[in-house]
Amino acid sequence: MITITDLHKQFHNLQVLKGISLTVEKGKVVVIIGPSGSGKTTLLRCLNALEVPTSGSVQIGEVKLDFSQKVDRSSIPRLRKQTGMVFQSYNLFPHMTALENVMEGPVTVKKADKDSARAKAAKLLSKVGLGDKLDHYPAQLSGGQQQRVGIARALAMDPQVMLFDEPTSALDPELVGEVLKVMKELAQEGMTMVVVTHEMGFAREVADEVIFMDQGVIVERDTPAKLFAQPREERTRQFLQHLKA
Amino acid sequence: MVQMFLSNFFDNPERLNRWIDIAQSSFLPLLKGALLYSLTLAIVSFFFGLILAVLTALARLSGIKPLVGLARFYVSLIRGTPLLVQLFIIFFGLPSVGIMIDPFPSAVIGFSLSVGAYSSEVVRAAILSIHKGQWEAAYSLGMTYWQALRRVVLPQAARVSVPPLSNSFISLVKDTSLAAAILVPEMFRKAQEIVASTYEPLLVYSEAALIYWMICFVLSFIQDRIENKLDRYV
Repeated sequence: MITITDLHKQFHNLQVLKGISLTVEKGKVVVIIGPSGSGKTTLLRCLNALEVPTSGSVQIGEVKLDFSQKVDRSSIPRLRKQTGMVFQSYNLFPHMTALENVMEGPVTVKKADKDSARAKAAKLLSKVGLGDKLDHYPAQLSGGQQQRVGIARALAMDPQVMLFDEPTSALDPELVGEVLKVMKELAQEGMTMVVVTHEMGFAREVADEVIFMDQGVIVERDTPAKLFAQPREERTRQFLQHLKA
Repeated sequence: MVQMFLSNFFDNPERLNRWIDIAQSSFLPLLKGALLYSLTLAIVSFFFGLILAVLTALARLSGIKPLVGLARFYVSLIRGTPLLVQLFIIFFGLPSVGIMIDPFPSAVIGFSLSVGAYSSEVVRAAILSIHKGQWEAAYSLGMTYWQALRRVVLPQAARVSVPPLSNSFISLVKDTSLAAAILVPEMFRKAQEIVASTYEPLLVYSEAALIYWMICFVLSFIQDRIENKLDRYV
């Protein structure tokens, strides 16, 4: 489903990604962990070209972008239509209700007709447990509720892959669970997911594979059981040690 | 002085009656000039000016060097020269190169250019005040630059710019009095004509001032209403 080949990203003089190659099969949940500055968020943002890689290629489903050559402008929205993105700070549209936020993508981008988009949005919001908040504005919702609207908004585009960028990092501890629960359900339904998170419990329970990144490279990848119990690399061990401390 | 003013009236009931007569008979022509020309001129110019302002702001923000340069040049030129001089160039100057424009359209061009330049800074600041995450969320849904702008960024930027733009509009309503100088029959020109035949400048110009004030009072009220309406989601 996702094939990343030799991806490099450079900001001015700083090499953030130093040759990342990775494949994710359909229906798999991959969790990326690592210290801050390791490049994990940048990698995720390269997957939908919010960050344009310096070189390397990204293929999601049928759409392949080779950043080593000049990228055709029109292919970037095509790549983005394959992916749904959930942000750390939710980034809901504050001037739209929950329902309008979820309808926005289908209506504006896919030119869906409003009635069916509205029905679909209402269904998605019920699915994430917000069937009674359709007409609330983001400012009237808690962080956990806002993030669940964010998930519904991304799902409304029927993405092949869902990308989560530290979806619970901005939440009060008591609100983390409701968001993780929705993500777990999605994983169980067979959604292909790439998740950057610090929630090791989620990684252990839901991930098919955990990737440990440090200083712009993938240090180690394995099933959560193995990676958490017997990391092969010293750097992974140190990182996990820090988390426990 | 006050005593002089009052005694003028009370020792001279004829003058008082004359004032009341002139005030009454000039009110309708003045109001007509205000509504038909001053306010219309302001609304039409503001409409075109805002379009120009948004385009100029986008050009400034585009990062494309010739566009940025053009936008800066335009803003600098318009802000750096008096509006009255600009109106004179358009109406009295251009005919010498064969471009004849009637008074009202001349005024619309002048005021639109002015609103476009001043408000472009307001619009630019408002667009910059919208968090980068809003663009990213729109892009991540597959929106193009124009879709993100139209659906996500400009509606929020509009909310931010209502107070400063209302200020500009109220200023503009008053600035339309400058159009008197290029023969637009707006309220101030009407007032000048009435003064020319009645020789009562204090009365007639005060009456005109009052009508401007009334209009701006109503506009402030409308501004409050718009702000309240837009406030609902913040």
